[in-house]
Amino acid sequence: MKVLTLNFLTCAVKSCRTSADSFPLHPKDAELVSDDVELNPQLLVNLLPRIDWNALRTTATELGFPTLPEQPPTPEELQADEKMLQDLHKLLMETQISEGKLVCGACGHEYAVREGIANFLLPSHLV
Amino acid sequence: MLPTPSTSHVPYSRVYEPAEDSFLLLDTFSQDSETSFLSDRFPTSSPTPLLLEVGPGSGVVLAFLTAHAATLFGRSDVLTLGVDVNWFACEAAKETVRRAVKEAEEEEEAAAEGEVGKRDGENNGEAEGEGRTQNTRNRKSGRLLATAQGDLASPLRPGAVDVLVFNPPYVPTDELPTLPKELADPAAATPAVATTNDDSGKRKPVPKTTYAQDSTLLALAYAGGRDGMEVTDRLLAAVPDILSQRGVAYVLLCAQNRPEEVKARVRAWESDGGRWMAETVGSSGNKAGWERLQIVRIWRAVA
Ligand SMILES: C[S@@+](CC[C@H](N)C(=O)[O-])C[C@H]1O[C@@H](n2cnc3c(N)ncnc32)[C@H](O)[C@@H]1O
Ligand SMILES: [Zn+2]
Repeated sequence: MKVLTLNFLTCAVKSCRTSADSFPLHPKDAELVSDDVELNPQLLVNLLPRIDWNALRTTATELGFPTLPEQPPTPEELQADEKMLQDLHKLLMETQISEGKLVCGACGHEYAVREGIANFLLPSHLV
Repeated sequence: MLPTPSTSHVPYSRVYEPAEDSFLLLDTFSQDSETSFLSDRFPTSSPTPLLLEVGPGSGVVLAFLTAHAATLFGRSDVLTLGVDVNWFACEAAKETVRRAVKEAEEEEEAAAEGEVGKRDGENNGEAEGEGRTQNTRNRKSGRLLATAQGDLASPLRPGAVDVLVFNPPYVPTDELPTLPKELADPAAATPAVATTNDDSGKRKPVPKTTYAQDSTLLALAYAGGRDGMEVTDRLLAAVPDILSQRGVAYVLLCAQNRPEEVKARVRAWESDGGRWMAETVGSSGNKAGWERLQIVRIWRAVA
């Protein structure tokens, strides 16, 4: 799963949906792999307005990536900043979590990631 | 006609095989009326749309929508996700998307080279030729973010989804199957015996399932309980929370699901923005005014 996915996911426990602590999920013992993906500047520029930048900063730091600036770049700044484009592309589009866990900051539930597939099934979904 | 993604690698003994319902979705999204609706709804100047397919199964629909994003949505910066209860479906769908996107990109590259050749002939090839690899290239495909195992849209943040697609288990059945614990995480729970070649040619262990477990996985794909609506009703209940304001959901229904009643129920939902709309935008198996299968599009009218 691409790192960017974490910006759209939350804990599957119903009561966590409204809790601020359930987002973003925190990677634990994460193994990362990198895919070669062609850089698409337009995608990154159009993505920017729908990224939760604070959550992304947290995720980047937790995964050991260089700290992102406190404020997101504007679309114009991003378009003109080759290095920022490359960095974001690498983090969001190329880096994948292949193994490990995703931990909810509200209820502490740990979701396993195996072969790049996170498992959000809860005991209540099972027999 | 856009090519149908290849699913020859999918283990149909435990993952739903593409059928009339799957192809109805592909046909519906290919119609001019739908591509123009979607490109109006998500103009290229608006933020990148996020598409979620619930229950991608083989991945045939998810791969189609991802690989042909530019044709279907009028933009290639579409991000996609799949969530299925079935672990094997998650794995199969990921591979189906990978293959379909690769194929579309190879075509795209061949087309780009053809273009450059043409322009060279017209004697202005230089600058264009350079730009082609970056900005001016006609990208066809969106990007798959992940497939994940889960129940419906439960792992998604509220308001995150712009396009939701669900071909549910819709057949009326006396009982609704539930996923046995050991299948929730087959890779961990069952000893890997067989091996298969993954894309890099590496031998990779495959979790073993019993015949009974495979039957449960297939039952989860079609058995819809009462009126065939038990799973679909749960998904519909989550739609207002999961869809963004501009979001659109596509849900497949069969005649026994009483589609007219379903649409009426959706139109009566309360809304904090524009009112809820529900229309049939594709159907198949029409016989004397009786559509066996149909696709219902659900969205908020612009307020
Ligand atoms: C009718 S099949 C459709 C498969 C594929 N989308 C297609 O069109 O060929 C239904 C799919 O939904 C999945 N499914 C059933 N219940 C689910 C649930 N509660 N959450 C997520 N996926 C579910 C099944 O495992 C199956 O893959
Ligand atoms: Zn939680």
